[in-house]
Amino acid sequence: MKDTTLRINGEERKLSADTRTTLLDALRNHLGLTGSKKGCDHGQCGACTVMVNGRRINSCLTLACMHDGDEITTVEGLGEPGDLSPLQAAFVKHDGFQCGYCTSGQICSATAMLEEIKDNWPSNVSGSLTGEAKLTLKEISERMSGNLCRCAAYPNIVDAIREAAEASS
Amino acid sequence: MRPFDYYRSNDPADAVEAASEKGALFIAGGTNLLDLMKLDLMTPNRLIDINRIGLDEITPSDDGGLFIGTLVTNSDCAADMRIRQDYEVLSRAILAGASGQLRNKATTGGNLCQRTRCYYFYDPDMPCNKRKPGSGCSAVGGANRIHAILGASDECIATYPGDMAVAMAALDAQVVIEGQGGDIRTVPVRDFHRLPGDQPDKDNILRPGELITHVTLPPPARGRHIYRKVRDRASYAFALVSIAAVVEMDAGKIASASLAFGGLAHKPWHDPEIDDLLIGEAPSDALFDKAADILLADANGQGGNDFKIPLARRTLKAVLREATGERS
Repeated sequence: MKDTTLRINGEERKLSADTRTTLLDALRNHLGLTGSKKGCDHGQCGACTVMVNGRRINSCLTLACMHDGDEITTVEGLGEPGDLSPLQAAFVKHDGFQCGYCTSGQICSATAMLEEIKDNWPSNVSGSLTGEAKLTLKEISERMSGNLCRCAAYPNIVDAIREAAEASS
Repeated sequence: MRPFDYYRSNDPADAVEAASEKGALFIAGGTNLLDLMKLDLMTPNRLIDINRIGLDEITPSDDGGLFIGTLVTNSDCAADMRIRQDYEVLSRAILAGASGQLRNKATTGGNLCQRTRCYYFYDPDMPCNKRKPGSGCSAVGGANRIHAILGASDECIATYPGDMAVAMAALDAQVVIEGQGGDIRTVPVRDFHRLPGDQPDKDNILRPGELITHVTLPPPARGRHIYRKVRDRASYAFALVSIAAVVEMDAGKIASASLAFGGLAHKPWHDPEIDDLLIGEAPSDALFDKAADILLADANGQGGNDFKIPLARRTLKAVLREATGERS
């Protein structure tokens, strides 16, 4: 067993768990935050995406005990009914889901991805590595390729991301 | 997942000492290691967490190159303005691999140590000499679409799956390794991974408990930097064939050339004869074919991966045409 303190959505949470506990299992099974979903549990689907110290990661592929003192943001920390984040509201407006299982991962991933664009990180489809990062369909698709949607709601997901990004810029 | 002790280190020397115990492994990003531990394919009894030992910056070296700390994430390395401007092939290779989430976690040293994606290595119910020496190779005569056409052995035809190391091989980067008692050794990336031979369980030359501390990039190589990756999907897939190329032209002739290949072998493939052939010559289809002849002289298909032989030739010719052509 290992004692770990996490700051989750601005709140300090203490955890005492087996060293094998992934961050995802800690959130869902120990701390009651079931917004993050377990899809493949191997870093392939992106349903478990959360932000650690502002960066998106697969929470299934990291151990909770490695994150003592880290700042974790889950979908619960982005907004709530009646006070949705711009991306959450855009997903509702554009019907960016069907079954909804991948949605919290999509929204956490997109939230962090828009920050990466603001920081002018290049991507695999950027023509120039040193030019301004642009939010084209091709760029959004490439940058969101770590989040699978088995219902294939991709066109609406892209529309939602584009609208939220345009509204914030 | 098997139980293990967890130890967080705050200092490289302390981490190396902690890893001297049998069965101990370092964990950095963990994106490959934990994946394998969940399937009981790797079963360390102790994990040494090195995420807080420092070594997470890119700093200039005395000769005009760069030191990349082992804990620099793939995202930070690819986005570093010095890498983007002076080592474009490295940024391009990193951005061609994995997903945004994985690149945020994956580290420079960890990426070098990532393991093959051979289907049989990942299947504990099937024989695999890499996972269990002496048990046999299921890929020989089995499903082997993604497997090696160069440098394989009867014991193992797995490939090294990464992109970053292929670009580092083209750039002739060096791996700096710390061992017990502060012993430091430096190994070219080109020699870091090994061919399977009769010891396919050994992916690379690291000895138990040794820690990669940095990767050193030489001063910037001028010319055109290209990383071309051919794969089954446009994003988030491993390479079937990939090529990292740094080629400089002068007065219509190839002034310098350095090429490395991914997806073809148990290691990033570099053949100095190819570079030597190209240097001093005017670009032509015949020359590019000769380069492919050298690359593929000893190529050996296994059935499912036979297509990689013509694919490697075409990809090489396309890369050389782009590298030596007029800038669009």
